[in-house]
Amino acid sequence: MNIILDGLGLGAIYALIALGYTMVYGIAKLLNFAHGDIIMVGAYAILTMLNANGNPWIAIIVSVVVCTAAGIIIERFAYRPLRSASPLAVLITAIGVSYFLQSLAQLVFGAKSRPVTLPALGNINLFGASVSVATIITLIIGAVIMAALTVFVNFTRIGRAMQAVSEDKGASQLMGINVNRIIMITFAIGSALAAFASLFYLMQIPATSPTLGSMPGIKAFTAAVIGGIGSIPGAMIGGVLLGLIEKICLSIPFLSAYTTAIEFGLLILILLVKPIGLLGKKRRVKV
Amino acid sequence: MADVVLKIEDLGIAFGGLHAVENLNLEVKEKQIYGLVGPNGAGKTTVFNMLTGVYQPTTGTFSLCGETLNGKTQEAINRKGIARTFQNIRLFTNMSVIRNVMVGLHNQPDFKCGPFSSMLRLPKYYKTENAMRARAKEILRIFGLLEERNSLSSNLPYGKQRKLEIARAMATNPKLLLLDEPAAGMNPNETSELMDIIRFIRDEFNISVLLIEHDMRFVSGLCDEITVLNFGTTLAQGDTQTALNDPEVIRAYIGG
Amino acid sequence: MEYIKNIKNSYKLKYNITYYIIIAIVTVTAVMAASGDLKRSTMGLLARISYSIIMALSLNLVVGFLGELSLGHGGFMCVGAYIGCFCANYLHNVISSPLLVLIVAMIIGGISAAFFGFIIGLPALRLKGDYLAIVTLAFGEIVRNVFKNLPWFGGAMGLSSVTYNADSLFVVGFVVVLIVLFLSQNLIRSKHGRAVTAIRDNEIAAKAMGINVTFYKLLIFVISAAFAGVAGVIYGHFTTPVMYSFFSYNYSIEVLVMVVLGGMASLNGSIIAATLITVVNFLLQDNLSGDLAALRLLIYALILIIVVLFNNSPAFAPIKEKLGIHKILEKISFRRKPGTVTDDKADWNKIETKIPMDEVLGVDFRTDEATPAGDTEEKEEKDNG
Repeated sequence: MNIILDGLGLGAIYALIALGYTMVYGIAKLLNFAHGDIIMVGAYAILTMLNANGNPWIAIIVSVVVCTAAGIIIERFAYRPLRSASPLAVLITAIGVSYFLQSLAQLVFGAKSRPVTLPALGNINLFGASVSVATIITLIIGAVIMAALTVFVNFTRIGRAMQAVSEDKGASQLMGINVNRIIMITFAIGSALAAFASLFYLMQIPATSPTLGSMPGIKAFTAAVIGGIGSIPGAMIGGVLLGLIEKICLSIPFLSAYTTAIEFGLLILILLVKPIGLLGKKRRVKV
Repeated sequence: MADVVLKIEDLGIAFGGLHAVENLNLEVKEKQIYGLVGPNGAGKTTVFNMLTGVYQPTTGTFSLCGETLNGKTQEAINRKGIARTFQNIRLFTNMSVIRNVMVGLHNQPDFKCGPFSSMLRLPKYYKTENAMRARAKEILRIFGLLEERNSLSSNLPYGKQRKLEIARAMATNPKLLLLDEPAAGMNPNETSELMDIIRFIRDEFNISVLLIEHDMRFVSGLCDEITVLNFGTTLAQGDTQTALNDPEVIRAYIGG
Repeated sequence: MEYIKNIKNSYKLKYNITYYIIIAIVTVTAVMAASGDLKRSTMGLLARISYSIIMALSLNLVVGFLGELSLGHGGFMCVGAYIGCFCANYLHNVISSPLLVLIVAMIIGGISAAFFGFIIGLPALRLKGDYLAIVTLAFGEIVRNVFKNLPWFGGAMGLSSVTYNADSLFVVGFVVVLIVLFLSQNLIRSKHGRAVTAIRDNEIAAKAMGINVTFYKLLIFVISAAFAGVAGVIYGHFTTPVMYSFFSYNYSIEVLVMVVLGGMASLNGSIIAATLITVVNFLLQDNLSGDLAALRLLIYALILIIVVLFNNSPAFAPIKEKLGIHKILEKISFRRKPGTVTDDKADWNKIETKIPMDEVLGVDFRTDEATPAGDTEEKEEKDNG
């Protein structure tokens, strides 16, 4: 029971990060390798604000603002100049940006991991099991954010413009949609979600380091692929699934050491068997 | 009676529920230049894509010199003797002109040399490379591109890029050449030169040509027979002048 | 004799200047090492340069010539290092000459890495671009994770290996560099190299030319992995224990930085960049302590971003016209007319293969999805990508 709830909590974090990947990939058609590191930026923002004035609410708001700004800046200066370049060039740049953020954080904050003291939330009894409140909050807020996002994408003007851009950039431009603006908004939303992910992450593991974001980032990407990249519900399902698998593997003594191998093995397997993921869209080769 | 080179029977393809091409039947005979015409969206390029294995037809078959080819991969179909050019030119843009043609020569039986012989520079490597280069120069001479052989292919003017694409396709030694809008974007001089080249390669290499074109002067000046497509179905077929004057065809083009 | 003439011709100085430079440097340093004039740390640096060059050449085959991104090259090196050195530990009981053991270990390491290259090449047949990159990344992590936990290979302590005599390891290393350079250059300059670059430039056209895309992708992955495996064995003979943590994602990126800095599809560029970065690493290692070590990574990141932006962004095109290294080279060399290229030119600094995104998504779906058919639909948008 605890394992499943923990898995769901971790899954919600992965899902939030995966949403950022999947939205950016679906709309800008680029794999934003630096997305995981935005989480790290968020975590450091929380740390700095907590140390400065101690109010967790201000810390959360600042972290969202900082992450959103970081996402927009990265898009503007690293990816936009490459809009017409080959995917390989963009991919290499994305790796560069990810590296850049990590090393910058290490220069500013040091390589050592630093503890973050969020207010203790304790445990409560639920169905006879002791469950951490952090997990419950993660689950609830995660679900709310995902529901809001689904509504946003499907029922607002900007959301529909996003869908149009992801279908066909050229045609959207002809329809009067400002493609650059839509891509920037996508980055902003994805990064804001990453800020929430960083908060939840710190609630589970209260320490931050420059490489904090890279592993969750890669795993969340795995989740996005499992769910079908470009698909918002797919990212949620993939994230939750991966969180569950990770926690279950970790709880089995024989498998625990191989958890990473199992997760990535699953990724390779899915890409081989069903490369579009669980809910992905098929595309036709054009000649 | 000339032999049939390409025989298409009942060929059709559906994307989802939409029939892009239906019940296409046609025969291209030896040394014939055959035209495939029709308005935009008629499914002409889709036919080419089926004939070269990019798409798998949902119904029907096609055969080259009696050998059924549907279901084969793009590579295999090319080796059997169908070569093509593309509507939007697809050259190897980072390679020189001569290397583009040499890629076309890749599978010719005269130029066999395994990767390991190449890596170790065995005698075979030199023999093959020199022979390939000589052959590529011959082909480029025919197409009047010999002077530019060391230019980057993307630096060629548009008309020459089209010619290079045909030269590259001819290097694969096909029995049937598919040309997708070869005259698009060419000026009248270039167009008439292209017509001469197509006739010349037909006689020189003994091949048949199947081409898509919108320029009706080009089609009526060059093609022996045509098929007119509209919305995936055959409107008219046969001798070029007769088919073009078919009332159905005129209606499809002019509308109304 | 035709063959002799051909060989003579192809060994002219202008074609092979890299070989002669490497041979000259190694001869001088080997003599210095024998006479005791070379510092131990310098010899170590040379050994590190040798395996870095091999890694860069190996990755350039995949990234520069095949046009696919591999983020798991550290994984291939890891396989080579672990399996090669594992065998070497046993071989030392049978064979007395350490050189012979090293050679046999390199062959074993190369073959076992090539086997994994084949395994990873298989998905490469179905996947492209981002997806393939992520699969190679996953592969690298899996390899590390598995070696870390296998008790036969020393587990978390790493595999202790017998190091080779530092006075001469770098000589062996550079001989291997020459062999790898020779093999890759010949491959690239042959019909097979043309087929591979054709796939990179336009996969659809390559298929239409009858090129067996599957075969060539696998071939390049296997050869490249084999080279990386050999590099791993050299690494294992340079330092002990062989630690899984060395072959991390970060190391794969470091090799990628070498390739990007040296220039896509430029073997000589890779050699120069690998040397440069290894030397910089070596110098910074001593001078930067603690958190300042991140400065090194920051430099890598900036190199990646700036080089790619410079080569690919339209905004930089006019500057590149004036300052690009190729322009300068053209001015210096009188042999070459501007705008022409030599036959063997396969340089690819501007990564400009205009692949429509749908192909990059990679999967070969032929008939599906209710899309309105016909020519208009199939026409590629010219001005967006």
